[in-house]
Amino acid sequence: MRRRDFINIAAVSFAGMGAVAVVVPLIDQMNPSADVLALASTEVDLSAIQPGQAIKTTFRSQPLFVRHLTPKEIAEADKVDVATLRDPQTLEERTVDGKKQWLITMGVCTHLGCVPLGAGEGENRGEYGGYFCPCHGSSYDTAARIRKGPAPKNLEVPEFKFTSDTAILVG
Amino acid sequence: MSFPWAEHYTPKHPVMQWMDEKLPLPRLVYNAVGAGYPVPRNLNYFWNFGVLAGLALVIQIVTGVIMAMHYGANDLVAFATVEQTMRDVNSGWLMRYAHANGASFFFIVVYLHIFRGLFYGSYKAPREMVWLLGLVIFLLMMATAFMGYVLPWGQMSYWGAKVITGLFGAIPVVGEPIQTWLLGGFAPGNASLNRFFSLHFLLPFVIAGVIILHIWALHIPGSNNPTGVEVKGPQDTVPFHPYYTAKDGFGAGVFLIIFSIMLFYAPNYLGHPDNYIEANPLSTPAHIVPEWYFWPFYAILRAFTVDFFFVPAKLLGVLAMFASILLLFFLPWLDNSPVRSGNYRPTFKKFFWILVIDVLILGYCGGAPAEEPYVMISQVAAAYYFAHFLIVLPLIARFEKPLPLPGSITESVLNRHNIKGEEDALPGMGADPQPSNAG
Repeated sequence: MRRRDFINIAAVSFAGMGAVAVVVPLIDQMNPSADVLALASTEVDLSAIQPGQAIKTTFRSQPLFVRHLTPKEIAEADKVDVATLRDPQTLEERTVDGKKQWLITMGVCTHLGCVPLGAGEGENRGEYGGYFCPCHGSSYDTAARIRKGPAPKNLEVPEFKFTSDTAILVG
Repeated sequence: MSFPWAEHYTPKHPVMQWMDEKLPLPRLVYNAVGAGYPVPRNLNYFWNFGVLAGLALVIQIVTGVIMAMHYGANDLVAFATVEQTMRDVNSGWLMRYAHANGASFFFIVVYLHIFRGLFYGSYKAPREMVWLLGLVIFLLMMATAFMGYVLPWGQMSYWGAKVITGLFGAIPVVGEPIQTWLLGGFAPGNASLNRFFSLHFLLPFVIAGVIILHIWALHIPGSNNPTGVEVKGPQDTVPFHPYYTAKDGFGAGVFLIIFSIMLFYAPNYLGHPDNYIEANPLSTPAHIVPEWYFWPFYAILRAFTVDFFFVPAKLLGVLAMFASILLLFFLPWLDNSPVRSGNYRPTFKKFFWILVIDVLILGYCGGAPAEEPYVMISQVAAAYYFAHFLIVLPLIARFEKPLPLPGSITESVLNRHNIKGEEDALPGMGADPQPSNAG
């Protein structure tokens, strides 16, 4: 290699690395900022939610569904052969031990992120009695598992714990 | 970048001569869209839509820059400042309605422009680069239109942003980080609104830049024409000015009349009432639809409802939707029939119209709710869309027997008017008064 080729390659490489180093912050600035990331966890009081009823609240600026299942709804969810599901999970795996009636899920359809119907009173719960996404017709069952339509996954169950018998802390 | 018989720019006035020596901008204009640019004499009115698309872009930039003077790109005030523009700003309603309807008209003329190219084989050699650059413009337009629709921060704005950025979330492994990166959060919010505003302001000027490349690439071989036969001599062309400046001027007048009718009498016809409700992250509108110009692609997205070979339905829909546009980049090499114009390709012509109907059906289904029978119809129509480009066009190119082509553009013009050869040299024939010979 000639000395002048080496100098040429070295100089261009040096400038190239510098350019790459400058691009990193230019791209990274679009990621969520500190104030967006500093999201508080959400506390939910369950005492007023009757069996069969559901409420809609927010967690990390996205909707959260808290649902008090009736014994009939639990039986319906347990009756399903898990092997036949698109995203196989039992109701037990989606709820806390001994508190199977409390179904806590994100209200974000796993297809493209719409808020499914079914948490509000009188809303369409779809043909499996859980939630129904009006955007592209995904139907979830009483364990919020995907049963029909384009969504690939069950409604996400966020991390949460019971702080008392009638209150949970999400996040 | 022209034919040898193109007229030469010879400035007479001393000021223009001085200018020509220092900065030959008038020369560039003269050679690009003036008397120095020879154009086939037989262009019909379908050749107006390129200029009309340019006019639509100018309308969008002028009204858009004005609206940016009254807009606050912040999720707390965005909706209110748009309403303020509508109610309080002098002529603000005019600017906003012109901008919103202008976007629709931009897409109308661009779709006609694209289908003109598809029918007359304008994508074929030697104009492949013109076609490819046109597709780049189309993609930029879609990105710009999508981000612009988010800015009023109504319900459709918010949920449209959520659904469209959700498309990227379908990509395995890197999808969710990409979606979060695009939005600057876990859901559309102030960060998303701000960046969309910034990019919505930038992209039209990028489009203007690519349009210059598009026209540059066009001017090397020159325009295609309804016969698809290349220009053979000076008798086949007329100067762009005054012949096509006049014809385009007339087209622009018709365009502006139709635009004004929409703008003044049905300004919300193409919009969605839900977008006059401020964005609410907790309530999805019953029926989320994008703007009409995205409906065919939206129908393809929704056509996939079952998993296939371990690929989730969601990812399939996203891939199919992007593929439906990327496919067009390969069109110049998929259709290798040497005959350009559909007027001389009887089999191609039939399938061309089937494609037009297919895209209209997809469009209708994309605007309809996600229920039967629309899902099934979209599946069939989406399958045909891909089959048309990947199977039908290559097969037609192979087996079709084209009609005999005219010897030249001039010959086809004279035959059409039953003019005998001795009148061949009559001047003025180039200003073809017939509106169209499209099939």
